[in-house]
Amino acid sequence: MWQFIRQLFHKFGSPKWFYGIASKMMPWLLAIGLILLLAGLVWGLAFAPAERLQGNSYRIIFIHVPSAFLAQSIYIMMAVAAVVTLVWRMKLADLFVRAVAPVGAVLTFLALFTGAVWGKPTWGTWWVWDARLTSMLILLFLYFGVIVLMSAIADEKSSARGVAVLVLVGVVNIPIIKYSVEWWNTLHQPATFKLTEKPSMAPEMWVPLLFAVLGLYLLFGWLACLRMQTEILKRERRTRWVRDLAAAGGN
Amino acid sequence: MSEPMLKAVNLQCERGDRILFQGLDVSIVPGTVTRVEGPNGAGKTTLLRILAGLNDSYSGEVLWCGEPRAWHREAFHRNLLYIGHRPGIKPLLTPLENLRSLTSVRRPLSDESLCQALDGTGLHGYHHAQCRSLSAGQQRRVALARLLVSDEPLWILDEAFTALDYHGVAGLEQLLSDHAASGGAVVITTHHDLDLPGMHRLRLGAGEASHEL
Amino acid sequence: MNSEAPEMTLAAVRVPVWRAMAAIIRRDLRASLRQRQDLLNPLLFFFMVVTLFPLGVSPEVSFLQQAGTGILWVAALLSTLLSLDHLFRHDFDDGTLEQMMLQPQPLFLLVLAKSLAHWLLTGLPLVMLAPVLGIMLHLDGNSIGILCLTLLIGTPVLSLIGAIGAALTLGLRAGGVLLSLLIIPLYIPVLIFGTGTVAAASNGAPVGGYLALMMAFLVLAVTLAPFASAAALKISLSNS
Repeated sequence: MWQFIRQLFHKFGSPKWFYGIASKMMPWLLAIGLILLLAGLVWGLAFAPAERLQGNSYRIIFIHVPSAFLAQSIYIMMAVAAVVTLVWRMKLADLFVRAVAPVGAVLTFLALFTGAVWGKPTWGTWWVWDARLTSMLILLFLYFGVIVLMSAIADEKSSARGVAVLVLVGVVNIPIIKYSVEWWNTLHQPATFKLTEKPSMAPEMWVPLLFAVLGLYLLFGWLACLRMQTEILKRERRTRWVRDLAAAGGN
Repeated sequence: MSEPMLKAVNLQCERGDRILFQGLDVSIVPGTVTRVEGPNGAGKTTLLRILAGLNDSYSGEVLWCGEPRAWHREAFHRNLLYIGHRPGIKPLLTPLENLRSLTSVRRPLSDESLCQALDGTGLHGYHHAQCRSLSAGQQRRVALARLLVSDEPLWILDEAFTALDYHGVAGLEQLLSDHAASGGAVVITTHHDLDLPGMHRLRLGAGEASHEL
Repeated sequence: MNSEAPEMTLAAVRVPVWRAMAAIIRRDLRASLRQRQDLLNPLLFFFMVVTLFPLGVSPEVSFLQQAGTGILWVAALLSTLLSLDHLFRHDFDDGTLEQMMLQPQPLFLLVLAKSLAHWLLTGLPLVMLAPVLGIMLHLDGNSIGILCLTLLIGTPVLSLIGAIGAALTLGLRAGGVLLSLLIIPLYIPVLIFGTGTVAAASNGAPVGGYLALMMAFLVLAVTLAPFASAAALKISLSNS
């Protein structure tokens, strides 16, 4: 049984195999992702009804929520990949972490930025030390730590495993951080001052939101594949199959 | 020939883009001294660290008494005495304190026998001086004093002869032969011209510049 | 070689793990007491950083009373951070770390002993210096008491979590700053609860629950952090 799992991992862990599969999936991910995201955004920004209290400014949730959502789940995905890296030493898992950490950081930043922009018309200030925004900010710090460590360790294998340890330590801390930040928030600010209080959502609002979230997920999948492929080519540049690929004019 | 106590099968290790060695089999049998040879950068230290269990970025299998070493980590370490490039001597402690803290976690010994060991390596009169005031050769001797009180059957010594003077070298050679004769095993690298009767040699190549998969 | 194969005898003595841990702590304390300046540096840093706030912001009693706990906690956090770089570095340089990895005891417990020694040498002195600085920042007696209690529970957590970062960045050139970047986000919960507990106390709220929560952090750190540090040490040493 164990042997079988190992073999399975060996096969799926092979960069060459992944390269082929990714090439086949990527056009679909890109196409469907773009369609869903565009549909969600156009619908949400132009056609969905205005919110009762906030008027049109609430529409930024069609960007804010998907990016915040994805930013958090990318870290969780990285943690799963980190376990795989440490337990099975699968190269592909490390490639995934490497490929998506910067994407996660960018999305976290986007969530923070849109949160700030949303805060301006709603409460008249760019930054509020709100529990969720603060948690997002700390998540951004965690991403920075991973990215910095990634580039600091020169040796490929050490880097893979070191980063995996850090990601796991981070993921254990995320719930603790969230909990403490929320407690801190109630300690220092009256509870009414909540930025991301969910507007009561009509179906006309949350269906486009769902579209946007799904679309962004698929686009993220596409980008992850693309970045992993690039890294694979760089790492395996000496192997025969990459040379053949290059000789054939790339694909 | 008796059973090997430590055995490595089909070892492969890369550093960066370079393969240091591949398909390497090592068999360490009780009663032998094995000298690992090769030019600079051939991976001598890396091999020794892999055998000692310090470096685990290799592929292949390492067996301890015929079973995977990972199953017996503590038993393996109980039976291994490793002295590396950096000998594990704290400059702020005295030779006696150093020796005591190194041995007490493996096999507690009386101060008397520790002092004797230090005397045996020619450190008489230096027991209570801080190690930072000692010469490189003397610090090496503090580490080598562990060999005199060792009950570990497997010794792995990286560049053990570095910084030793003429007498130190002769004493160490004797110590290695004695250890082998009494059923222990030694793995050693050295630039010194070591040639003990019956010594095994393990030659590592210079490695290849690139590889095909 | 002899024609007759010699017998191999295996070493049989087992040293109990607590004794091995005690040996590590004793060795670290002894070495540090011979290099007292290294012990003093984080304390001086702690003192100086705290002094910057009245000078840089305001010496008004009301401000200092309000911000004092936060200042002390942040300063203690920074001094701990500053001292972490040395946690494994000396052992790494002289080879004692390699020897520790090869000890026939579970590595995570030995790492726990290292972290404990680090706390005894940096965290505990900070806790002892804190009341003096608390008085200089006009904190009242009750707050100072609670503050010291939170530091007493919190600083070991700082040492334990910090050990993970120190192990990960061991042997890297950008060590110090890198270490801070990795570790500061992980310190935030301890900071929040450390200062929050004192704030709650000065508002007259009962603090037993908060202190219990901090104890839970400590228990969590004691049980989990050494595993992560041990794994990180193996990785860092694997390639040196």
